[in-house]
Amino acid sequence: MTDDYEHYEAVVVGAGPGGAAAAATLANNGVETLVLERGVEAGSKNVSGGLIYAEQSAPYTIDGLFPNFREEATERPADEYYLHNVAGNKVKTVDMTDLHHTDTEWCDSVLRRRMDGWLEDRVHEMTRETGGGLLTEVRVNGLLREGGEIVGVTCDELDPIKADVIVAADGVNSELARDAGLMDWDEPDEWFQGVKAIVDMPEGAIEERFDIREDEGEAHLFSGDLFEGVRGGGLLYTNEDTLSIGTVFHLDSLVAEQAEPHELLDALLTHPLLAQWLGDDYEEIEYGAKLVPDSKKVAHPSPHEGRLMLVGDAAGQMQAQGPIIKGMNHAVTAGALAAEAFAQAQARGDESTAGELYEQKLRTEGVMDKLRPPQYELASVVGENERVTELGERVVNSPLGRAGLKVAEKTGVLERGFNSPFVMSIMPDTKLPYVTIPTALGEALGDRVTDENTIQPPDLADRIGDLTYDVGDPHIELVDNSFAASGDAVSACPVSATDFGGGCYRDEKVKTNGSEEHLVSLDTQPCVECGTCAIVADTDWDHPAGGKGVEFKQG
Amino acid sequence: MHTVVLTKGVPDFREGQVSFDEDGHLERGKTPTVMNPNDKHALRAALQTKVRHGGSVSLMSMGPPGYAEVLQEGMADVYADDLYLLSDREMGAADTWATAMTLATGLENLDEEPDVVFAGFKTADGETGHTGPQTEWCMDWPLVTHVIALDIDEEERTLRAKRLVEGDVKEIETVEAPLPCFVVADPDFEPTYRTAEHRLRYKDLREETQARAEEFGEYLDDETEKEPTDWDHFEMWNHEALNLDPDYIGLDGSPTIVAGVDPIPKAPSEREATMIDPSDEAGMESVFEEVKPYAGGD
Ligand SMILES: Cc1cc2nc3c(=O)[nH]c(=O)nc-3n(C[C@H](O)[C@H](O)[C@H](O)COP(=O)(O)OP(=O)(O)OC[C@H]3O[C@@H](n4cnc5c(N)ncnc54)[C@H](O)[C@@H]3O)c2cc1C
Ligand code: SF4
Repeated sequence: MTDDYEHYEAVVVGAGPGGAAAAATLANNGVETLVLERGVEAGSKNVSGGLIYAEQSAPYTIDGLFPNFREEATERPADEYYLHNVAGNKVKTVDMTDLHHTDTEWCDSVLRRRMDGWLEDRVHEMTRETGGGLLTEVRVNGLLREGGEIVGVTCDELDPIKADVIVAADGVNSELARDAGLMDWDEPDEWFQGVKAIVDMPEGAIEERFDIREDEGEAHLFSGDLFEGVRGGGLLYTNEDTLSIGTVFHLDSLVAEQAEPHELLDALLTHPLLAQWLGDDYEEIEYGAKLVPDSKKVAHPSPHEGRLMLVGDAAGQMQAQGPIIKGMNHAVTAGALAAEAFAQAQARGDESTAGELYEQKLRTEGVMDKLRPPQYELASVVGENERVTELGERVVNSPLGRAGLKVAEKTGVLERGFNSPFVMSIMPDTKLPYVTIPTALGEALGDRVTDENTIQPPDLADRIGDLTYDVGDPHIELVDNSFAASGDAVSACPVSATDFGGGCYRDEKVKTNGSEEHLVSLDTQPCVECGTCAIVADTDWDHPAGGKGVEFKQG
Repeated sequence: MHTVVLTKGVPDFREGQVSFDEDGHLERGKTPTVMNPNDKHALRAALQTKVRHGGSVSLMSMGPPGYAEVLQEGMADVYADDLYLLSDREMGAADTWATAMTLATGLENLDEEPDVVFAGFKTADGETGHTGPQTEWCMDWPLVTHVIALDIDEEERTLRAKRLVEGDVKEIETVEAPLPCFVVADPDFEPTYRTAEHRLRYKDLREETQARAEEFGEYLDDETEKEPTDWDHFEMWNHEALNLDPDYIGLDGSPTIVAGVDPIPKAPSEREATMIDPSDEAGMESVFEEVKPYAGGD
């Protein structure tokens, strides 16, 4: 029977930057390539910050693979890059433009619906030439196996498809990586959660309020005491006529503090520092969220299994270099390297070596060292030790520590430290660099912001109400609905909140036979498919069927 | 596979489009003409055939020259290749019989005999459901109606269809027929594309015909310079081209006599309502008694 299945030389799952790069490179090498994307259009499921980097050291960049990318698919260049260390109303701003420009050929802000939609057209054209093409509204739901070997994919909407190579570029919460046993979704400390609002700006406001030209843009990062002690930070990037304002937090920290993601975003939006850019009329046009893997912990050293290769977020290839987030560029590089590896293996007549070759290329091209800096592995042993953290906290908060910060500023050590790729790569994953130091900097060296921020961000009900959904069958099932097992999702889910009945997760106290049980209930209708509850709750977690679920218009 | 879809322009009965005079008569002049909504199911069935088996789909209609726009809509919507309009004064005011005669002749006049002819189920204006079957009768082909799913075996030259049989309960029946065959698609017709190859071809066709339909639209908008019939994919045939005797078509060829037309009375704009407080037990009891006869029980 399986002999009747369709066959393509290559099947690429997912049409984000990783899938697009893989497909384009496969097509450039004459490989018959089928791309399957679950959204109604590429980009309709995707959220990123997002600044896309083209690194000088990278073997592949997105504009190299797709000519005119910058002219047609991006928003603005990110020329300048600032980190604001916030303590109450006091802010110490550090210019990190040097770090941002290190190894950078160019860097632009993007909105994913526009960017991925643009890539989709090119990829379809290129892959059609070699006998394949790109299909949307198809969700791949698993791997097709024969005698235990991976030979293709199975889908909700299509009959099974066989392939000589399967590139899983299906992003964070990759169902294929899970199916292959290459990634598990168990540990919250391996992930970040990103939440973002797109804010509409009146004509000319960006130029005026940021004091830039139409072809210029800026990036602003925020850390310190404005996020209830949750490890992570905020971001603000200028787009053509909107702003992307978001937060990225360590998932374990978010859970530990029982913080509400939308409230943390609001804390940023309503901070006096943002008044200068937001003005009085705040119009939010989209609210979205997505998990982000932390490559330092999850980038798979050997992201392949038989005919399957993982690229991008699916393989955990998302680098957080201090506040700088690099996921899209690495997905592009990895996608192209995987494709190149397959084409070379095919030319040698031994396709089974493609995976090994891909792994080798990730190492020799220096990708792996960026994703998992060897110095971090060493430094984190010390830096993430509890006693060391405690000591660090005490020093920073002591008068001596404060004096030290001032000296550091005067001597330029501060700015140099923030702009050192090395320092950023060994930054321990503790409160010290995310909260304590920035707060101390704000307090000791910051200027008081006197502007009044009068905006009122929409509440969660309105944010959900403004999103577009094509609701299908429930795609997440609660395996254990006790609060003990799944209760963390009530606050951590970006569209749920304690005391809010209109979200996905609800906290319920049920009385039975005189005893009271603490349970959670789940309604997947308002789900934005961020993936959080796949990690923090006990669920059977799948993506919705092709074309179903949330549809982001901006991303 | 060469298939033809028969379609008709009807008044656009959608809210906001349709307009009636004071007596409830349709105002044709003020109501735009669109493709009969049910014909889209026939078009989908034809498209599925083209996607799966290749070949072409032609759209054919009988009506005034303005129907070219209806055909253009069909082309844009469902990817037809060629358009045929049977049109002249002699064909006007035809009943279903005279229409069927004309359409059957039109089908015979095609260069290539179709393998399948599709028709939609009932038009939104006439509601007779006769034209399709009567056309088939003129052609003496096998007829399968109420089709909800379709499979064609090109080698065997047979068609296998699932059809909906109306009754107390709806039943689904599977029938087989030799080609060429006449098919009436049911509004429940669902095309299925379970392979990537089909979906890719579908995408190609959409791109191809979208461009073609746009081009035809430009021809129609620009009548001063060119005739719509100058366009490669559009043919207009009058009774002479079809070699039809005017006595057998149009009004003269229509045996139907419309004895009179009763306008549908307008729904009364006022209704009587009794308000009952849910805590009023006797009142609630009376509600129950009122609705009991409608509950299908005793
Ligand atoms: C708030 C936030 C801010 C970020 N900021 C930045 C930034 O500034 N710079 C940066 O470089 N990165 C940033 N990232 C990370 C970046 O978005 C990702 O690393 C990047 O998108 C990964 O690309 P990818 O191609 O691997 O996966 P994705 O872009 O996630 O694409 C995966 C694709 O696969 C599809 N898919 C998934 N499952 C299936 C399935 N089963 N069947 C079919 N299709 C499927 C999805 O619909 C999607 O289109 C940010 C992320 C977030 C959430
Ligand atoms: S239900 Fe789960 S996947 Fe959906 S938005 Fe909430 S946390 Fe994210």
